[in-house]
Amino acid sequence: MQDKRFHSVRLDKEKCRGCTNCLKRCPTEAIRVRAGRAHIIDERCIDCGECIRVCENHAKYALTDPLATINDFKYKIALPAPSLYGQFKKLVSPSQILEGLLHMGFDDVFEVATGADIVTRAIRERMRSMSPERFPVISSACPAITRLIQVRFPELIPHIIDMRQPMEVAAMVAKREFCQKHGVAEEDVGCFFITPCAAKMTAIRNPIGQEKSAVDGAISMLEIYGLLAGHIKNYPSALNLSTATSYGVGWANNGGEAAAVCPEKSMAVDGIENVIRVLEEIENNKLRDLVFFEGAACTGGCVGGPLTFENSYIARNAIRTLMKGCDLRHPDEVVKTSYLTKYPLQTTKKIVPNSVMKLDDDITEAMRKMEQMEEIVKSLPGYDCGSCGSPTCRTFAEDIVRGHASKMDCIHILKDQLKIMAQKMVELAKTTRE
Amino acid sequence: MQELTLADTYQVKAQDYAMAGDASAAIKRKLKQLGVDSGVLRRIAVACYEAELNLIIHSIGGNLTISMTPSEITLVSEDAGPGIPNIDQALTEGFSTASEEARNLGFGAGMGLPNMKRNADEFHIESKVGVGTQIRMRFHLKQG
Repeated sequence: MQDKRFHSVRLDKEKCRGCTNCLKRCPTEAIRVRAGRAHIIDERCIDCGECIRVCENHAKYALTDPLATINDFKYKIALPAPSLYGQFKKLVSPSQILEGLLHMGFDDVFEVATGADIVTRAIRERMRSMSPERFPVISSACPAITRLIQVRFPELIPHIIDMRQPMEVAAMVAKREFCQKHGVAEEDVGCFFITPCAAKMTAIRNPIGQEKSAVDGAISMLEIYGLLAGHIKNYPSALNLSTATSYGVGWANNGGEAAAVCPEKSMAVDGIENVIRVLEEIENNKLRDLVFFEGAACTGGCVGGPLTFENSYIARNAIRTLMKGCDLRHPDEVVKTSYLTKYPLQTTKKIVPNSVMKLDDDITEAMRKMEQMEEIVKSLPGYDCGSCGSPTCRTFAEDIVRGHASKMDCIHILKDQLKIMAQKMVELAKTTRE
Repeated sequence: MQELTLADTYQVKAQDYAMAGDASAAIKRKLKQLGVDSGVLRRIAVACYEAELNLIIHSIGGNLTISMTPSEITLVSEDAGPGIPNIDQALTEGFSTASEEARNLGFGAGMGLPNMKRNADEFHIESKVGVGTQIRMRFHLKQG
């Protein structure tokens, strides 16, 4: 199920009007509008889902595994993201949702929030022996932010914590424990992440930091919302399936990871434009005292993901209320030390820069292209209107130099040319009349 | 054969905190498009930012010039005053002449010049009171 070029974020061509909304909002300038519709540049797309959010025609969507995919496996385990708990009102405990998932047809359920507890403990252990040069440590929880760093801030890659994400840890532990308990083979067990976003779907098919994901598929929260709601009892669950601490559940909200991992000298930023701004400051060494940085592409954190149903602010509050009823102890006290050694929690593959911004691999060629770009930029009006199909005039100049566009695509330049031609025709008409 | 050179100059106004970091951000973006190695880029980013802030906080206005050949990048900060009376003192970590306003904004730790010197491969500073200051930094680029 591995695909190096898989992107969850997709375009429905039929619905696309070719407007400039998504074009202007993409943080990695991965969108162009050509021949009346949007195109996503695969190499530049980080699956942050901003375009899904802003598209007025609902032409942008996230491709996820349909629920029926769980039947590809003999045994199915649900891995609910903690943000799922914030989608339902009047819950007393996450156990109600877990019971509902079992009712839906899953054989077992393992909280990603528990995965978060394990990762919290593991990161804290790891940071104890880290040299301060690595600070601020940057969270690896949001795959869109990791990809953003690969594209726009590759020099900050060494700061990203080399720890697997909670959904990966949850999948590993869930599968092994289920197989040991029921005496079944691992290949017969499918672990499915109930996802609030596109980035995590992409991270399963095209992992960063490891060769293969431990998760078998991602099911969108929007897809199962109605079905799951029908299976949730509105009285407290007798089964008490929830084992995660309030810290683990708190990862659903922006700031939850920072509060669990590094309550002092940490910073949590949500919204991709805000994260970009703060990463610039970290790059400039302006945040010298910062020890831990948590960045989320979505406003509010995972509760604000593009595949969530509930308003992110309402969901945030719902999570906070639920947290009060969970185990209030810190993961350091709750997570068994054996988990840190029994499972491979650290990432195995080095994260590499994504050099899409480079004009050329050869620096002399790149310099030549830059010179050409600057010349072209001087001749452009500088309106950043998007009519040419590129997000800004500078990007348009870059596209021209890369051979993907021509100057006459700029309607302002075209208009000026037409004026000149019209003038010439008037003069020609005058001379031929005489 | 003459090496290809690219050069760009950014004006920096005194006390212009609203635009603080803009020149550095533009320079960084260009260097990323040119594919400059991440390690070198980080050092240039830090030095450039410190230089820009120094111009804003301490000078009466000046400019930042970045020039590049395939083998090295040169960053020059130039201003028209007030000039530094004691350069050795200015290069001491922790020493700062930042105004009250600058300190209130979180600046004035006295690490600007030392940071620039530490991050550059070559660092030269010349200053004369009443005339101005020129700081010249060189960063070597890996060959091949």
